[in-house]
Amino acid sequence: MNGLKQYFKDTWLGIWTVLVGMKVTFKHLFVPAVTIQYPDVRVKLPERARNRLYVNMDDCIGCDQCARACPVSCIEIETVKAVPGEDLGTTSNGKKKALWVTKFDIDIAKCCYCQLCVFPCPTECIYMTDVYEFSEYERQNLVYKFATLTEAEVEEKKKNFEKFTAEKEAQKAAARQNSSASATAKAKAEQKPEQPKTE
Amino acid sequence: MYEILNNIFGNQAVAWIIAAALPLFVFILPFALFAVWLERKVSAHMQDRLGPMRVGWHGVLQTIADILKLIQKEDIIPAEADKKLFNLAPILVFAGSYAAFAAIPFSSKYIGSNAEVGIFYIIAVSSFVVAGILMGGWASNNKYALLGAMRSAAQIVSYEIPSAIVILTMVMLTGTLSLDKFSQIQTAYFWNWFILGGPGDGLTKFLLIPFMIIGFTILYISTLAEVNRTPFDIPEAESELVAGYHTEYSGMKFAMFFLAEYGNMFAVSAVITLLFFGGYQSPFGYLGNSFNIPWLVPIEQVFWFTFKGIIFVFVQMWLRWTLPRLRVDQLMHVCWKFLIPYSFVNLIIVGIITLFR
Ligand code: SF4
Ligand code: SF4
Repeated sequence: MNGLKQYFKDTWLGIWTVLVGMKVTFKHLFVPAVTIQYPDVRVKLPERARNRLYVNMDDCIGCDQCARACPVSCIEIETVKAVPGEDLGTTSNGKKKALWVTKFDIDIAKCCYCQLCVFPCPTECIYMTDVYEFSEYERQNLVYKFATLTEAEVEEKKKNFEKFTAEKEAQKAAARQNSSASATAKAKAEQKPEQPKTE
Repeated sequence: MYEILNNIFGNQAVAWIIAAALPLFVFILPFALFAVWLERKVSAHMQDRLGPMRVGWHGVLQTIADILKLIQKEDIIPAEADKKLFNLAPILVFAGSYAAFAAIPFSSKYIGSNAEVGIFYIIAVSSFVVAGILMGGWASNNKYALLGAMRSAAQIVSYEIPSAIVILTMVMLTGTLSLDKFSQIQTAYFWNWFILGGPGDGLTKFLLIPFMIIGFTILYISTLAEVNRTPFDIPEAESELVAGYHTEYSGMKFAMFFLAEYGNMFAVSAVITLLFFGGYQSPFGYLGNSFNIPWLVPIEQVFWFTFKGIIFVFVQMWLRWTLPRLRVDQLMHVCWKFLIPYSFVNLIIVGIITLFR
């Protein structure tokens, strides 16, 4: 008899629990969905969200600090020194620019969005934007080239600098010849002073 | 239906083909398209999601897009498969679920075949599906497919027993096997439905109600298992068997399994509606009768029949997103230790009540 009682109890429990579950799911039918219709509606990004980098080349002084800070070495910077006649202007916070940035590539495919490159920049010109949709069909397209100089300009700057160094070398060589005689005298004069004898 | 078409076209072959194709194109396909969308919507909203939203208004055209995709897909037949059986299986499964529609009365005017043995015929052809599933699982030459097919066969065969006993109870009560008569007996008001004791009044009607509810519950559970829906989706258990018996199928053949599943869902809901919920009868009488527009009545009947069917399909979906899957032993436990004894006792009690009617 006890077994039979248990049997009916089990049956009732089975049906009852199903009904309880159905009640729960039915309630959820009318709970507003949490889904966000993504491309149409976007969630606001958190304030310090880290996404795609951007470099404001007007302010970059080519100091290479960001590239050195990057843990995955995805920033490549090449610079050419400006020759004295050229004026590169100043950055927005008043620093004088002395280098032509001939190459500034960030391989976004490698970037791990750690933001470590952002902090060392003296002119605050490399920073995170809020763009996070930049998929590409070719991985090559993810190398972002920020340098503003055209190839012809780069060539020109390089030549200018080479010419300038060559001239400087020539000047130096001439100066060295002139001073070779006096140099020996000077060298003698700069010899170690004799130690006074103590004995 | 066939006679009417024969009169219109004056050609038996044409009338025959149209009568055969009509339920497919007018009902099963649109219903399957709608039901797949409904299933996705219901599941999504039960989980506080939105479901398909892109194609058409709230994604109503999503299934059409999916079917287009399925048609374009490559028809892959595994190298080691038994090709003949592999190709035959989806057709057989689909034919089984499609054939059941032949005996379902959508209204007093439209019945594919008004056979005297309607309900018996439906039980018979729906077992066809087992053969198709076993065939597909075996022919795929894949361990998951075979396991799924075996489970499915075991499940469908055992759950046919309680459902057959409940149907037997109802047949005993009404004394007919014809589905059309079943509907006619439960005349056009809901208190005449069998779930509320059937037509007539007096003590027996009220005595019958609890046993009708038990019968309905048993039939609902066992038909749920027969169409392989959660919590009885053991044959297709995604987490254990990849996709069960249709693991190896792709493209249109997969779509046929899919169509058969949704067709079956409606077929079993229709059987439940017919046996317990008044069939095609309206719950509150007919507008056509009260306004004296006779042609409106069959249309209302089709509406009510589909409406009730879809309600039960909805409950199937509701259960699917509520309950976890049973284990194989639990499945057999529920069937042999609970449903069958209950349905037997139910049969005897309803028989005794019928004696004193
Ligand atoms: S965010 Fe990190 S990984 Fe990306 S460029 Fe800056 S330092 Fe490199
Ligand atoms: S640290 Fe800033 S200024 Fe220096 S190279 Fe990078 S971006 Fe330019």
